[in-house]
Amino acid sequence: MSSRAYTHAKGRVIAGNTLAYVVLSVLCLIWLVPIVWIVAISFSKGVAGIPNYFWPKYGLTFQNYINLFSSSGVSSGFYFPRWFLNTLFVAVCSCALASVLVLSVAYALSRMRFHMRKPLMNVALVLGMFPGFMSMIAVYYILKAFSLTNTLVALILVYAGGAGLGFYVAKGFFDAVPKEMDEAAMIDGATRAQIFWQITVPLSKPVIVYTILISFLAPWADFIFVNMIMGPTAYKNYTVALGLFRMIDREHITTYFSMFTAGAVLVSIPIVALFISMQRFYVEGITGGSVKG
Amino acid sequence: MEEKASRRTERAGLANTFATLRTQLMFLFCSFRKGDGKTRLSYVLMGFSNLARGQVAKGIYYLACELLFVAYMMTSGARALAGLRTLGTQTQHIEAIPGQVPKLIPGDNSMLMLLYGVAAILLVVWFIATYFWNVSSAVRAQELQQQGKPLPGFKVEVREYLDAKFHVTLLFLPVTGVLLFTVLPLLFMILIAFTNYDSSHQPPGSLFHWTGLYSFKGLFSNSGVLSGTFWPVLGWTLTWAVVATVSNYMLGMLLAILINKKGIKFKGLFRTVFVLSIAIPQFVSLLIMRNMLDDFGPINGVLQQWGLTSSFVPFLTNATFARLSVLVVNLWVGIPYSMLITSGILISIPKELYEAAMIDGASPFQLYTKIILPFVLFVTAPYLITQFIGNINNFNIIYLLTGGGPNSLTYYQAGKTDLLVTWLYKLTVNTRDYSYASAIGICVFIISAVLSLIAYRNTKSYKNEETFQ
Repeated sequence: MSSRAYTHAKGRVIAGNTLAYVVLSVLCLIWLVPIVWIVAISFSKGVAGIPNYFWPKYGLTFQNYINLFSSSGVSSGFYFPRWFLNTLFVAVCSCALASVLVLSVAYALSRMRFHMRKPLMNVALVLGMFPGFMSMIAVYYILKAFSLTNTLVALILVYAGGAGLGFYVAKGFFDAVPKEMDEAAMIDGATRAQIFWQITVPLSKPVIVYTILISFLAPWADFIFVNMIMGPTAYKNYTVALGLFRMIDREHITTYFSMFTAGAVLVSIPIVALFISMQRFYVEGITGGSVKG
Repeated sequence: MEEKASRRTERAGLANTFATLRTQLMFLFCSFRKGDGKTRLSYVLMGFSNLARGQVAKGIYYLACELLFVAYMMTSGARALAGLRTLGTQTQHIEAIPGQVPKLIPGDNSMLMLLYGVAAILLVVWFIATYFWNVSSAVRAQELQQQGKPLPGFKVEVREYLDAKFHVTLLFLPVTGVLLFTVLPLLFMILIAFTNYDSSHQPPGSLFHWTGLYSFKGLFSNSGVLSGTFWPVLGWTLTWAVVATVSNYMLGMLLAILINKKGIKFKGLFRTVFVLSIAIPQFVSLLIMRNMLDDFGPINGVLQQWGLTSSFVPFLTNATFARLSVLVVNLWVGIPYSMLITSGILISIPKELYEAAMIDGASPFQLYTKIILPFVLFVTAPYLITQFIGNINNFNIIYLLTGGGPNSLTYYQAGKTDLLVTWLYKLTVNTRDYSYASAIGICVFIISAVLSLIAYRNTKSYKNEETFQ
């Protein structure tokens, strides 16, 4: 290769990389715009309704955040701390329950061989194809039959109840844990339960973290089932998702938009932090199932 | 071995069910002939064989099951099953006797009758299963006794559930949960699709009845406001799903190529910025987008300030603009997903393929269309179909961004960006047209099922599940 051709090729690489940097930076900017905007507006003074500007016009303030926590919210029902605690409570309980259910199903379907295994897996597949909230109204009446509507317990039951169907990722992971270890332990006289708790669980940390993460995050994002179960006026039993959603209803938006921005930022921070720190497990989780093809 | 068996099961699904049923009945019959007095008595008095042979706990369990079931049937079960046939005959009415305060006479409630009927059917199925278990347990106890072997005591049997029958322990709670919160409601809603439970038949004020395929006919016919909504909404749902899936996938892959390009630094930082849009809860990010795209929101504000437009752009209030907006915003949400998925695969493309192509003088574009795309496409085909189904059911983005709007006067309870699932939601929550909502749900199910069948049956991981273990 002549030196001229070499510099030419090198120039092309540099030009290509510069272009890539420019494109990536522009894309990053686009991706950050909504996030920066909501943070900026949450610190902005004089916001009533949707502002028609990107950058705070009338100076900065903490007032939006203070309003979120002020006790005047207690009477109107739009009381963010309460919603936050509700969601935390529901998330912790349903996450504990759902994780146990998911891991149990995944382990049983992955490791045990029994008569109904294939049929059960096929039924799970079929059930998963119905639109999730087609059954919403029936779930509501079932909860009503147990007089659980308007309670947080109902939410926990709804989030954890169907969790058994989400076993695919965990099962895929268990499938990859070598079977020889089980067999060795079995020869040593361990029961299936002992193998599960003492061998499989410690070896499956990533998928357990993933399962816990997913089931912990679900209640923070759902507003459909809460809306169904809580009815229109049970504000104090709302979760943050539904609460924030209500804040920018047509009738509330002018009063509450600034509070909504502050609340949105506050909810997002812990979730984003949790998510970013667990990113590795999440990526393993979502790619694991599809790449196997 | 198992694979062969499972394939056979698939081919002869229905015939197989009947065969299993016949074997079970034969088993019941033969066991009765071979059984001694105690075993035969357990056909009537469940658990008797176990009880009489010293397995007290087991015997009591079966007996209790029988007693509870009989008690349930006598008190409410039989009535619940009978109610399924008519779904109620007595409408509530006000009885006015001259000289007295008019009294409301409560009538039947079709909805509750259907719900309790379905629950009763599930209980009957459970009882039949328990009955079979009872017989086989009775026979087993007899056999062990005849062979002179000791019968397993309560402790031994319980220990079994932590070892050989550990799957029963593991699956008991999850299956109960799914039965109660998924199967029962779904059966109920599927049955509702075959009734006329719509806005004008709301119990307890009025009753609803079985109407067969009436709701489906309403949706599929070629006239009437319902089918006038169904077909366009179905058309938009499919268009949306195709465009959203393909655009996200292609652009996500390009982004992954860019980030993984040799010589690019700060890969982790770039990736984290994009992953932010997955990390932020959708209701937050999409509600922010909705406000940004508002007629009087910041984007329109800035466009006008810069003099690019004289009046606001109806991003979410004009049908065409709204459809484009949801597709574009969906890129913001969806590209990072495909980026994550394809990143791992890109790394696994053999380097030799690239080098060979480069030596042959392939342009970057050719490299993309001839090598990268086919390779990634091959590996992610099942993911693509899952994504497509996900987009058909993509409730969040439509509901949070446009709420299905802008509304259309020619549609029934739907807007120009409504998907089948958001329309289903509106019919459920706003107008309580449950029968039509359920019929739509069944249509979505059929679309998803057909696509998944194609997807899953053709993947290696489904065909040779065992080889991956």
